[in-house]
Amino acid sequence: MRLNVRIAWVAVLAAVALALAACGRDDEEGGGDPGIDDDSIKLGGSYPFSGPASAYRSIAVGARAHFKSVNAEGGVDGRKIEFITLDDAYEPPRAVQNARRLIQQEEVFALFNTLGTPNNMAIWDFVNQQEVPHLYVATGASSWGADIEAHPWTTGWQPDYVTESQVYADFLKEEKPQAKVAVLYQNDAFGEDLLNGFRDAVEGTDIEIVAEESYEVTDPTVSSQMSKLASSDADTFLNITTPKFSAQAIAAQAKLGWKVLHILNNVGASKKLVLEPVGLENAQGIVSTSYFMDPEDPQWAEDPAMREYYDAMEKHEPRADPADPFHVYGWAVANTMVRALEGMEEPTREALMDSIRNMEEEIPILLPGIKVQMDSENDTYPIEAMQIMRFQGENWKLQGDVIQAPH
Amino acid sequence: MSARTRALLVAGLAMLALVVPFVFGPYRVGQFTLVLVYAVAVLGLNLLVGYSGQISLGHGAFFALGAYTAALLIEKASVPYLLTVPAAGVLCFAAGFLFGVPALRLRGLYLALVTLGLAIALPQLIKRFDGLTDGTQGLTVEQPTAPGWLPLEDDQFLYLLCLAIAAVMFLLAWNMMRGQLGRAVKAVRDGEIPASTLGVDLAAAKTRVFAVGAAYAGVAGALYVFAIGFVAPEAFTLTVSFAFLAAIVVGGLATISGALFGALFIEFVPVYASDVNVALTGVIYGSVLIAFMWVLPEGAAGLPRRLRELAARRRRGDDEPDTAVEGRLTQREGVA
Repeated sequence: MRLNVRIAWVAVLAAVALALAACGRDDEEGGGDPGIDDDSIKLGGSYPFSGPASAYRSIAVGARAHFKSVNAEGGVDGRKIEFITLDDAYEPPRAVQNARRLIQQEEVFALFNTLGTPNNMAIWDFVNQQEVPHLYVATGASSWGADIEAHPWTTGWQPDYVTESQVYADFLKEEKPQAKVAVLYQNDAFGEDLLNGFRDAVEGTDIEIVAEESYEVTDPTVSSQMSKLASSDADTFLNITTPKFSAQAIAAQAKLGWKVLHILNNVGASKKLVLEPVGLENAQGIVSTSYFMDPEDPQWAEDPAMREYYDAMEKHEPRADPADPFHVYGWAVANTMVRALEGMEEPTREALMDSIRNMEEEIPILLPGIKVQMDSENDTYPIEAMQIMRFQGENWKLQGDVIQAPH
Repeated sequence: MSARTRALLVAGLAMLALVVPFVFGPYRVGQFTLVLVYAVAVLGLNLLVGYSGQISLGHGAFFALGAYTAALLIEKASVPYLLTVPAAGVLCFAAGFLFGVPALRLRGLYLALVTLGLAIALPQLIKRFDGLTDGTQGLTVEQPTAPGWLPLEDDQFLYLLCLAIAAVMFLLAWNMMRGQLGRAVKAVRDGEIPASTLGVDLAAAKTRVFAVGAAYAGVAGALYVFAIGFVAPEAFTLTVSFAFLAAIVVGGLATISGALFGALFIEFVPVYASDVNVALTGVIYGSVLIAFMWVLPEGAAGLPRRLRELAARRRRGDDEPDTAVEGRLTQREGVA
């Protein structure tokens, strides 16, 4: 026995010696950034393919359709785009793991469009430490443009939630200057951003928030919150929710017979995912905002950008439903990404950031008059305009003009 | 298994474990670090379920408690990270002890249900105390970095740190289960009335093993924070508790070495399952679990015994089950 123990110790010591000898793990950095060569560009994103927010997976599908159609026409300067997507189930810790895997294992050139405010918050510091571009994150938190000193590698894309809440406040000032507002919001950074933005925007006006209820993204329903809000004396309902809960709130409102002006935030304004399941008759008159073309709006049926989108979806993602606006979102953000890649002076991460931070482009599938615009340190928010829309009959109808938010 | 083969096996395993950070890239090393973290938690649960026969569905709650203890101590109180490991362990030991006292009256399924309640409630509680925990948004925690005098990358250092702590925890568990506590809880598992007639204090044995299991989960929670650098309530849903439970069964009930295999299983199988087909991750993971139980009902740690049994059967050339081996099978051994 004693001999065996001694053998074991010798073995362990040998292992340690061996290990330390092999210590210098070779870093095969052969000049140039990883994830890009003459034939390909590797992009990676983390999305909720499962879990409570899995409706957003369509964004990845729409983006993939755009990259595939660009690749079919020869790619970006001869480089084919390879888009790696991983599932995080909308759980921040899994997003952390995915970001590590994409950067350290898959060696992507840039992270593109990773989805969810808490998920991007979780990887924000790490990705910037690694000096990997963290681009066009699929969240409207105002943080992404607020702190580029400490996080120079991160950018948003869509109008941020503060912009959106300013647009609602502007709309109410015109439409209902004495509105008493009841708010349902998701208790996380997303919900608070919109709520606080709205609160700031109505300060000093006659618009008043008279009731607030929150829910957790893991909650099964919001029916008790809706009953409480309906018993307040509000005449306007501001619905700050993600799709599953947007549908629940609309259904609850109909069931309770609570007839007030309903403002539904943009992330919940999907006809396919939210309004149709609860019945279009319950959605009449709901107000929301948009910044890209609704694939079901007959107004755009003959628009060349929309036709290109429909053709590409049919060809590259035949199993996906092109009428889902999240596909259009994915398509539009991928289109912006391709423009940014085309604008690179050389194939490096630095050059990509330069191209992104100094951009002024009209992306054809965005609403006319809305631009993707950044100006290094002066303007760090890509899209800052939206248009009010109202649900009438079978579809959303755009109202008035594009509203440019004063950032 | 003879002491000699065991010593050789442990030495071989130690050698493999030490080589890992030098042959794999940073992401893989990160995965193996998590394996070590899970192994400690799974070992804690195995002490409770495997050795003492009490079923807990809420082990993830103590894991969460340990993780938040470490995260808050590091971020809000600037405590050196190494001190947070014993702090998390002690706090969870106390929590486990307090929870164990009323839980003593409950047995089997009833205890399982109470612990299930704990695991359901905790993530919600973390969200409610958002002044302290930052709620759903989660807390970003600075990860330990390799000290300057060590020629190691941060991920390598982190792995070796977790390896050292895990090794200590494994050694402690092995020692404990060979000693008085181990004998007592095994006696309780195999029959409470006979055990009490032999002079085992049922209440003390059960509470102690529950608290020890919780302390293991707490230590693992603290290590998890080092490894991930981020905590959020979504990290500690019921899935975690169930994963730990799956891990002890896959690894082998009432075995020390099984915890390591179980941890490997719950870290790697879901990742590969989602690589096969993102939409079918759950189906694939579930099928693998079922297939595994069918092929190796005793878990991975039972593999050598199962091979020996098959070999013995083949040598004798008959299909009748060997009653001697069968007899031994029903009796769970302390260490594989």
